[in-house]
Amino acid sequence: MSSGRDIRRLSLILLFAPFTLWIVLLIALPHMGMIVLSLREKVAPRVYEYGLGNYIAFAQEPIYWNTLMRTGSMSLLVTVLALLIGFPVAYYIAKIAGHRTRGALFLIILIPLWVSDLIRAFGWILLLRETGVVSTLLQWSGLAGGPVEFLYTDATVVMGLVYTVILFMIVPLVSTLDGMDNAMIEAGYNLGGSGFTVLRRIIIPYAMPGIVSGCIVTFMLTAGSYLTPILLGGKNSSWFTEQIYDQFITRYNWESGAAFGFLLLAFTSLVVWIGLKLSGQTLASTVARS
Amino acid sequence: MIDTSRSGLFLIGYRLYLAAFFVFLAAPLVAAGTFAFNDSLFPALPWQGFTLDWFFSDSEPKLGMFHDRRLLRGLYYSFVIASFVSLLSVFVGTCNAFLFVRGTFRGKNALYIVMVLPLVIPGVILGISILVLASTVANSIERATGIELSILRPGIALVVLGQFSFITTITSLVIIARLRKFDIAMEEAALNLGASRARVLATVTLPFLRPAMIAAGIVAFLVSFENFNTTLFLVGSEAPLTVTMYDRMVKVGSTPVLNAVSFVLMLGSGLLALVSIAVQRDKSTT
Amino acid sequence: MTAIHDLATNDPAVNDLAINDLECLGVSKSYGSVRAVRDVSFEIPSGCFFSILGPSGCGKTTLMRMIAGFEEPSAGDIRIKGKSVLKTPPNRRNVKMVFQHLALFPMMNVYENIAYGLRCQRVGKAEIDRKVKDVLQRIALPDVANREIHQLSGGQKQRIAIARCMVLDPDVLLLDEPLGALDLKLREAMKIELKLLQHQFNTTFIYITHDQSEALVMSDYVAIMNNGRFDQIGTPQALYHNPDTAFVAGFVGDSNRWSARVLSRSGDEVKVETGDGLVLVGTVAGRAPLADHGRVELFVRPEFVHAERLAQAGSAVPAEGDNVLEGAVDSLLFNGANSRVLVRGPRDCLIEADVTLTGGAGDLRPGEAVRLTWPRAQTRCFAAEVAAGASA
Repeated sequence: MSSGRDIRRLSLILLFAPFTLWIVLLIALPHMGMIVLSLREKVAPRVYEYGLGNYIAFAQEPIYWNTLMRTGSMSLLVTVLALLIGFPVAYYIAKIAGHRTRGALFLIILIPLWVSDLIRAFGWILLLRETGVVSTLLQWSGLAGGPVEFLYTDATVVMGLVYTVILFMIVPLVSTLDGMDNAMIEAGYNLGGSGFTVLRRIIIPYAMPGIVSGCIVTFMLTAGSYLTPILLGGKNSSWFTEQIYDQFITRYNWESGAAFGFLLLAFTSLVVWIGLKLSGQTLASTVARS
Repeated sequence: MIDTSRSGLFLIGYRLYLAAFFVFLAAPLVAAGTFAFNDSLFPALPWQGFTLDWFFSDSEPKLGMFHDRRLLRGLYYSFVIASFVSLLSVFVGTCNAFLFVRGTFRGKNALYIVMVLPLVIPGVILGISILVLASTVANSIERATGIELSILRPGIALVVLGQFSFITTITSLVIIARLRKFDIAMEEAALNLGASRARVLATVTLPFLRPAMIAAGIVAFLVSFENFNTTLFLVGSEAPLTVTMYDRMVKVGSTPVLNAVSFVLMLGSGLLALVSIAVQRDKSTT
Repeated sequence: MTAIHDLATNDPAVNDLAINDLECLGVSKSYGSVRAVRDVSFEIPSGCFFSILGPSGCGKTTLMRMIAGFEEPSAGDIRIKGKSVLKTPPNRRNVKMVFQHLALFPMMNVYENIAYGLRCQRVGKAEIDRKVKDVLQRIALPDVANREIHQLSGGQKQRIAIARCMVLDPDVLLLDEPLGALDLKLREAMKIELKLLQHQFNTTFIYITHDQSEALVMSDYVAIMNNGRFDQIGTPQALYHNPDTAFVAGFVGDSNRWSARVLSRSGDEVKVETGDGLVLVGTVAGRAPLADHGRVELFVRPEFVHAERLAQAGSAVPAEGDNVLEGAVDSLLFNGANSRVLVRGPRDCLIEADVTLTGGAGDLRPGEAVRLTWPRAQTRCFAAEVAAGASA
């Protein structure tokens, strides 16, 4: 029946419309616009020239360059820490906890997801500042002579970021480990493997797509985060998104801000690409694995 | 359970680690919530006694959140934005689910990856790129015709679009997962019993998807409500709650009224999360 | 292709009905270069229980989906009550279908499931109420109207799925292996129940299955489908005792089976030599002609092979022209009334024969020498098919 085929084609086109509008108008065009804008330079009021000026300015100013590198390396550190801290938790939830506890634990893990970044950072501030809970408790217990300031250090920023993103590490890990047959682990032990060999030879290779997927999301979220570094790191946290905000809002230099935005996107994509190459995974096998 | 070779001591250590992890997860939330009830002008120890002033008091210096005009207005804008975002993103997410689960077309896998991408693009970049495009278009229109399109200037509409741009990925993933579980024979059975295609959609397929659509809507609502990074660049004079709170925190410093807001928000999110779990459990087990 | 005409005329119950409920004329379906259904023609008189039996992948599900309207034939015509339905969309055909996994709607209760089709036809509320109650009565489940689907047992779901179709009074009811998901005991019970339901509703049932016992027990007529074609249509007895092709002989029931070469023939009697060198006599069967010295497939059903102790059989002379072999009992395959004995004959061939095992002292034991005899008429020789599609 040709009418049946026509209906199918029509509905396919109708379904494509919202998808295309969304991706083209809100993702593709804005990013292209950003790139075009980043190639433009203001030479005089209302006079623009196209060129790589904004990128050259970036390359010539070590502060910008250092901030990007710092953001990248700290994000990597956060990603690794999130993996190391999160893996045992995910393994416990997926493989060791009983059926009931497992659901409850998973829900507890998700709770911070339901709470705004802002409130989480606010909570940390209340705990860690000079007049905060931890400092007060230390003084009461006599472990510290005077008020202790925990905020505005790199360690605090890293901890706060790990806290913010660890969910996005644990959830994909739980779902991959969940799909793993327990018999595979038992067979590993049965064939004489030690706990470490089983972990290294069986569990980690199996969980690799989940690990990579978690790492990608964690890294991108960390590198693109704004609130946590600013609130916990203070003025000298030098996070790259801060530079973007600065260029856009404070200096009103959109051209340079767009260039910074593109650089952040390119830089993080490059890191993700290298990560995928090194782990032998693809985007399709990890993040897109629904 | 699956591991007999490890000693009980190891398991105890493992459990302690887990307990410590959960304390770590809960600590800032508990701190943010608890100080809402401290009868003090600062959210800090020592504990000065229990009070509900930070919620209900109508006079300075302890102006409660339910009498604080700016916070209430922020709450209202957040609510409006989140409602639009969740309606829009659930609609597009449902269309995407049918497109990717039922559709057959070339380049489907590549487009699927494109669909997932907005989730990993930093929110700051989504915000500025949409701001740049909207402003460019608005400027060109103004220059060409003299008409000022305020909808393309920072404000509620742009915030909705900015949040929608990545929240749609979340709703799509949730609804796609559910549609994949649908047995296509149910649609054929309904057709076979004489239903028209529209009727099949309305009486069989959409009811099956409804739990996932509600859950996706709730997630979208919450993510929109708490979003900051993307919103920051697109916000106009109608600041939603997170931006208002951030301003307050940076300019005035923290007061327990922020704890009160945090408490109310956590309570609301908790309730919505429970609703979404209840909805997804309902009948979906059959 | 075989039509059912001759069979129908032998049956007075269906002979006087002029219009067939369902006719398929030269129906074919191709997917690209794959030919799923090839030139299938048949007609089904009213009130029949008709089964389509074949191995998985033989095209039976595709055929069924074409009848229901979910697929379009590449060629041929499908007629319901004499009218072509090719132009009728699936939701306008009065052919209802019970799906493999039943496809009951989990978001509706039993009443709403059954009322669904009636509501689509815009039947009045009171009428729907009456019809649903009536059909629930007829399937002997009068009290389940308000149950949710997940509260029903497997057998109840089955009956609700049938009721949901029957309440619409269809011309033909299609059933796509609906018993497949049930456990063995329930499946046995449901076979009988389905047959009874069919009698009660007196509607034409078309039943698709790969399970021959389901098809043989329930059906008035069975079509054997293989590689997209109908090999044979007939009553269960006809298929079992007079198979038309080697595939049917091998697929329906159990058989001892040899590949052999023709040594000589006279009339319908052939003498053959099997691959391992046994010389046997048999009867020509099937439609394909036997070539001299051509390759043949030999089938003998175990129940026609008679086994007795060599010591006791010494005096009895086997009938002229029967096959006689001597061997030793290799093992006993006990299965109640269907028990078999596996005999190792000359040249190490293994032959299955029926045996009665009473548990007494007279039973055969492994290692005993036996003589096997079976009649020439029950040794069917089919010309070997060139294509290797007929391995059962």
